[in-house]
Amino acid sequence: MSYVVPKESYNGKVLSLDFGKGDKAAVIGGENTLPFLSFEGDIPNRPVVAYEIQDCPPDDWPETVRNMYKDVSGDPVTWAKHCRNNLNAKAVALRLVSTHPDRDNRSAEDAAKTIKDVLAAIDIPLIILGSNHIEKDAAVLVAAAEAASGYNCIIGKAQEGNYKTIVAAALAHNHKLIAMSELDINLAKQLNILITQMGFDKERLITDPMCSALGYGLEYTYSVMERIRLAGLLQNDATMQPPILGDVGMYVWKIKEVSAPESDVPEWGSIEERGIAWEAVTATSMLVAGTNLLIMRHPKSIEIVEKTIAELF
Amino acid sequence: MALTGVQIFKLLPKTNCKKCGFPTCLAFAMALAQGKADIAKCPDVSEESKKVLGEASAPPIRTFDLGSGAKAVKVGGETVLFRHDKKFFNPCALAINIKDNLSDDELAKKAAEAANSEIERVGQKLRVDAVSVEYASNSSAQYEKAVKLVAEKAPDASIILNCKDAAAAEAAVKAVAARKPLVYGATNENAGAMANIAKTHSVPLCACAQGLEALSALTEKLQGLGVNDIVLDSGAKSAKEIIDHNTQIRRAALRKGFKPLGFPVINFVLRDNSIQEVSIASVAIAKYASIVVLSSIEKWKNLALFTLRQNLYTDPQVPMQVEQKIYKVGEPDAAAPLMITTNFSLTYFIVSGEVENSKVPSFLAVMDCEGLSVLTAWAAGKFTAAKISQFIKDSGIESQVSHKELIIPGQVAILSGALEDKLEGWKITVGPREANAIPTFLKSRTV
Repeated sequence: MSYVVPKESYNGKVLSLDFGKGDKAAVIGGENTLPFLSFEGDIPNRPVVAYEIQDCPPDDWPETVRNMYKDVSGDPVTWAKHCRNNLNAKAVALRLVSTHPDRDNRSAEDAAKTIKDVLAAIDIPLIILGSNHIEKDAAVLVAAAEAASGYNCIIGKAQEGNYKTIVAAALAHNHKLIAMSELDINLAKQLNILITQMGFDKERLITDPMCSALGYGLEYTYSVMERIRLAGLLQNDATMQPPILGDVGMYVWKIKEVSAPESDVPEWGSIEERGIAWEAVTATSMLVAGTNLLIMRHPKSIEIVEKTIAELF
Repeated sequence: MALTGVQIFKLLPKTNCKKCGFPTCLAFAMALAQGKADIAKCPDVSEESKKVLGEASAPPIRTFDLGSGAKAVKVGGETVLFRHDKKFFNPCALAINIKDNLSDDELAKKAAEAANSEIERVGQKLRVDAVSVEYASNSSAQYEKAVKLVAEKAPDASIILNCKDAAAAEAAVKAVAARKPLVYGATNENAGAMANIAKTHSVPLCACAQGLEALSALTEKLQGLGVNDIVLDSGAKSAKEIIDHNTQIRRAALRKGFKPLGFPVINFVLRDNSIQEVSIASVAIAKYASIVVLSSIEKWKNLALFTLRQNLYTDPQVPMQVEQKIYKVGEPDAAAPLMITTNFSLTYFIVSGEVENSKVPSFLAVMDCEGLSVLTAWAAGKFTAAKISQFIKDSGIESQVSHKELIIPGQVAILSGALEDKLEGWKITVGPREANAIPTFLKSRTV
């Protein structure tokens, strides 16, 4: 019996999306096959990993990862430059944590100023994220979109409860947009449809089906991502063809497995490697399921994942 | 590939003799197609038809035990490409590779690491399943000694004999024959001798070739020599090759019914950097490996890989559940708040994570609702005032807290009145509807 390569033929393709400007602009998506199956299709662009930074010191990050940035994290501009110049970051994701009403409740104007300063300091693409407070994000991201006008940023996240104002701002200032729904392919599809019905091109959209950490619901994210890819490629469902985001760091670095010291749980081994491995395994699984853009925290996890990405091509 | 009832019917004598116990040959054919009847019940079927039906009814990916005894693990037997289609059945076995030229102390230490690797997570006991002993010494006597020592120090682990020298492999197989080691393995050059060893000692054999064409030819050769329990190594080393080869193998077996590749797959993911190895192992676990061989098994590494394997091999139709009990988040004292939720694992993880984020030490009562989330459990009548009050009374929490206040999920605010009736003397407080509001909620209570 002779072996015949069992190729699948796909009708659809993942939309490609660029962000940032100049020669450091990044491009993701564009593949017409399932993740990394280059024997049956073209995969023109590699997944990109963005370093997560925030607009206030990361007091709530576990020590293992907080220490990595202890000399630079007092100020987002210094932090962003450190990622760009010393860590060779391809992109930075700035989370406006301090605007959350339960944190410092900083104003949208404050956030806009931070964004302008960060954009002036780096030449790599910027992702601008709110604090995940539905009402506040609507105000903050509108100001952020304006402050970043002309920089072709990715802004987010637009959710069911606030997408209208955020979509309008992304539209007005020519940014790309993350649409986030909660672990359900139908909700993801519905939100993408609502957003495109406002006149926002699906070519400018990124789907975030909500990430989850290894051991904390990873299998749900994994399967939702696989199903989104299959719908976009096999059934040519245009609403399921935007690139996928895996916002890994924030879900990984809040669980027990990355913060419990070895003295409390000797059977779990070294806390340093445990945390790095946890973020790397979560990110690797997301890549295999279809993620095009990752947001991560620990420089060592990012280095590991970038090496794995290189091995996948 | 499975035949339909009509295809099977064409192979039957069509006499409707009823000797099989079915009224017609067609009814018998339909039962065969569903796996509810045995072809041997037909007295008149031709030998040729029997052969076709036998092959067609064999599972597309062969299943067998790696190792022997209670801790043996099943490999193969998968039926889908995507876990959401049904589920992945036989969790990938993890193995550590140990070189035979290490000192006795080092051999014993590595074997003991595997033997002592068991960790419990969400009610499952997870461990490194196998040890692979690599023939690096080039001395048959040293190899046999090392295999014996490792087998003795890791008494429950399955054994992989990583040795392509047939004479050395045979001596080692004899030494640990009762453990049913996997012989790794057969190449195009040594296939005859290796097949002989596998048959003589009835142990599984790995076919090692470069690329899928050569691999298919090799497994056909081995089957021709009478070996049936075969493991596949396509020579995949890089992450790209692992996804590429493993996907092709699984598709060929499941979609094309291609028998020469209908076997479990082994991937060696050895890397110098242990965390890099974890990342590459994740690719192999997600993408269809049945056995993944590692160069080291630090505790943190085991925990991460066990957890990934457990996540991906859960049944997507059956929600993961956590044990019903009162969990402590932080170190709650008698005045600490008491909250309740259901035992759907995702619900538990999210709620306990947010309680942890609040930094307010708390008691979290997790009630068995057959793995349903709060609203679903309430709708299904499993998260009712009567059941909640019974659970709280039986749990003994009353003697651990100095207050009588229970915080319930905002989604089931409707239960508060009925609960106050059932739980006499208790104050019922309605908590947030969504877990992400828990930190604010708990913090605001402490001010």
